Amino acid sequence: MPTFVYMTRCDGCGQCVDICPSDIMHIDKTLRRAYNIEPNMCWECYSCVKACPHNAIDVRGYADFAPLGHSVRVNRDEEKGTIAWRIKFRNGKKDFDLLAPITTKPWGTAIPQLANESAPSQEMRDSHLLFNEPKYIQLDKDGKDSLHTLKSNGLTLKAGVYY
Amino acid sequence: MAYKTIIEDDIDVLIAGAGLGGTGAAFEARYWGKDKKIVIAEKANIDRSGAVAQGLYAINCYMGTRWGENNPEDHVRYARMDLMGMVREDLAFDMARHVDSAVHQFEEWGLPIMRDTKTGTYLREGRWQIMIHGESYKPIVAEAAKKSADKVFNRICVTHMLMDDAKENRVAGAVGFNVRTGNYHVFKAKTVIVGAGGASNIFKPRSVGEGAGRVWYAPWSSGSAYGLMIDAGAKMTQMENRIVLARFKDGYGPVGAYFLHLKTYTQNCNGEEYESKWFPALTEMVGKEYLDTENQHLSHKPIPTCLRNHAFINEVNAGRGPIHMVTMEAFQDPHLEEIGWHNFLGMTIGQAVLWASTDVDPKYENPELTTSEPYVMGSHATGCGAWCSGPEDVSPDEYFWGYNRMTTVEGMFGAGDAVGGTPHAFSSGSFTEGRLAAKAACKYIDDGKAEGIRVSDQQIADLKAKIYKPMETYTVYRNEIVAGDVNPNYINPRQGLDRLQKLMDEYCAGFGVNYMTNDKLLKIGLKKMGVFGEDLENIAAQDIHELLRAWELKHRFLTSEAVFQHTLFRKETRWPGYYYRGDAMKLDDENWHVLTVSHRDRNTGEYTMMKAPCYHLVSDGEE
Repeated sequence: MPTFVYMTRCDGCGQCVDICPSDIMHIDKTLRRAYNIEPNMCWECYSCVKACPHNAIDVRGYADFAPLGHSVRVNRDEEKGTIAWRIKFRNGKKDFDLLAPITTKPWGTAIPQLANESAPSQEMRDSHLLFNEPKYIQLDKDGKDSLHTLKSNGLTLKAGVYY
Repeated sequence: MAYKTIIEDDIDVLIAGAGLGGTGAAFEARYWGKDKKIVIAEKANIDRSGAVAQGLYAINCYMGTRWGENNPEDHVRYARMDLMGMVREDLAFDMARHVDSAVHQFEEWGLPIMRDTKTGTYLREGRWQIMIHGESYKPIVAEAAKKSADKVFNRICVTHMLMDDAKENRVAGAVGFNVRTGNYHVFKAKTVIVGAGGASNIFKPRSVGEGAGRVWYAPWSSGSAYGLMIDAGAKMTQMENRIVLARFKDGYGPVGAYFLHLKTYTQNCNGEEYESKWFPALTEMVGKEYLDTENQHLSHKPIPTCLRNHAFINEVNAGRGPIHMVTMEAFQDPHLEEIGWHNFLGMTIGQAVLWASTDVDPKYENPELTTSEPYVMGSHATGCGAWCSGPEDVSPDEYFWGYNRMTTVEGMFGAGDAVGGTPHAFSSGSFTEGRLAAKAACKYIDDGKAEGIRVSDQQIADLKAKIYKPMETYTVYRNEIVAGDVNPNYINPRQGLDRLQKLMDEYCAGFGVNYMTNDKLLKIGLKKMGVFGEDLENIAAQDIHELLRAWELKHRFLTSEAVFQHTLFRKETRWPGYYYRGDAMKLDDENWHVLTVSHRDRNTGEYTMMKAPCYHLVSDGEE
């Protein structure tokens, strides 16, 4: 269902405009608040809903097949590393919460800065290995023979055979 | 028009489009090119762009060689079987032998991968799939790309490649415009890695009105990978191999976890199993090599995706629809019920919204399934894309021209949807392909292959005029009419998209004609595409946002034209359930056990079609 923005909650900060993958959250020039300018290009991906600091954005299911009166709300918390959902059915019979982790590490701390890694040797450059390989292909092993080749696996590429 | 020209010069590796493929490329390029200038140009914001913007609940391509689960060749054989034999097995093998190292790094970076509490291995959904809490999959890999890149240009819609004026058929960068400021951006680069996406919304969607956004593949996947590469003159492969998905009706929620992990299954409106009764006739169509009804259950070979679609479509046509997913058994287990919902919230929230709005509780009701409109892409159960070189130690001569994942345009590489013949790469495989392309691009530069590139001011000026022409057209003709969108001089991007979708649906085997076409229909369709191409010269954009849509449409158009040409060329029905050639309703291995390759002349727009040999992996001693 496409997104919409509550008039009284939006302060026009533009976080949704900045994140929308479809470029459909824009600021209305008169009201200085955000709105969905092209609902039929909305994937209901919730990127803007999650990004809104005021919970001003919600979703109303696509009019051509989703009846009114439902709710799927979300709260994404990078500090806690969680995402919390609440789903309410149209008939009110189902109303439940779901919680999931979004990361196992403090945000952004565990990603290496490759510029600081030691430069690959010429031998490494001439090989078919990528960064962190061969070790990371089969993490628990010593890494020596980790990269599979046609030869190591006893294989040939052959034309003219059918499958 | 007073848009500024902003030139970014001296780029070594330019990444055009940074979904999973592009982020993998940016990340890895830094390792091989310590002092190289690495730049990303992305039409959205890389934190939430590409097909994984919404998140994923599974990584569908993981070998698990560290636990002795699968070898790369097992995955190649699986992909080959699923695609009815048509795979670039060198590229597929290469991706599969590296993919685990990408996944292990994702886990280290903080991506929550579920574990089997008994064995300590990753929790398997199926033989190839592992389950993750992937709401932040994209922000996490984007972080890695940002750490490696010198600059990230968000909100730049890349429209064209820049070509070298000194040497024929060599890339020199790319151009585009900023969808916020409208400014013209020129990226002069020694290499370009195309990480842009496949194509949704080129066939008429089942949904009408607002729901047209609820496509299976992201609506922002505008076929730009293909539009950019075809326009640059790159050879393409397997563009006829569009994919149709059997999914939950209207919401297109994923079924993988439901089938594989929750053990749900399908039945017709009478509660009967229906697939097997269509198989004998289907075996007649495709041959015993591809569907062995009697021995299939013994060999444990999964049925190819397209053939399962075929049974679905035929059962519905026989009047026994709808097809239901039987969830009522699995959902009695509260743990599985929770997984069922998490699965949607993790990657297709709209399906949860739909069930909430229609009061469908899968615990008490078996939801409906449907077959989708077709999509053109290269990383799911289909392998459309550019004809790329493979790695030296694997590829036969016909598949190798110096640099891994390089297209037939020198210096232009591909990753993810951009690379043809590599189905079943999914998110992790696309990221891996980006890494492979990045290493090769750095080597290409270090080998001196990018020396002496020259870009004339004329080329830069010509492309600028071309890019803004839709706004010019609007300005010139808008005031000829009182108001509204009906103008005898132009069409707007939405009107153009509607025409494309209708054309593709009716002539190129969309859902509206039960995925059926033939030689005559395709030729009429191509003729209409030719006229449509002329009208696209008169497309109008009233603002920068519409200009974005105009260029997305032009990329979709180039993609669609290639799909037409390839579909016309392959005179057989290779993938029943994806599409049918009514004039050649059988799989024809004698003439068509080959990969299709096309080339569109940059200057004339003329297509040349070719057959390329299909190599298969065989174990030593096996024939």
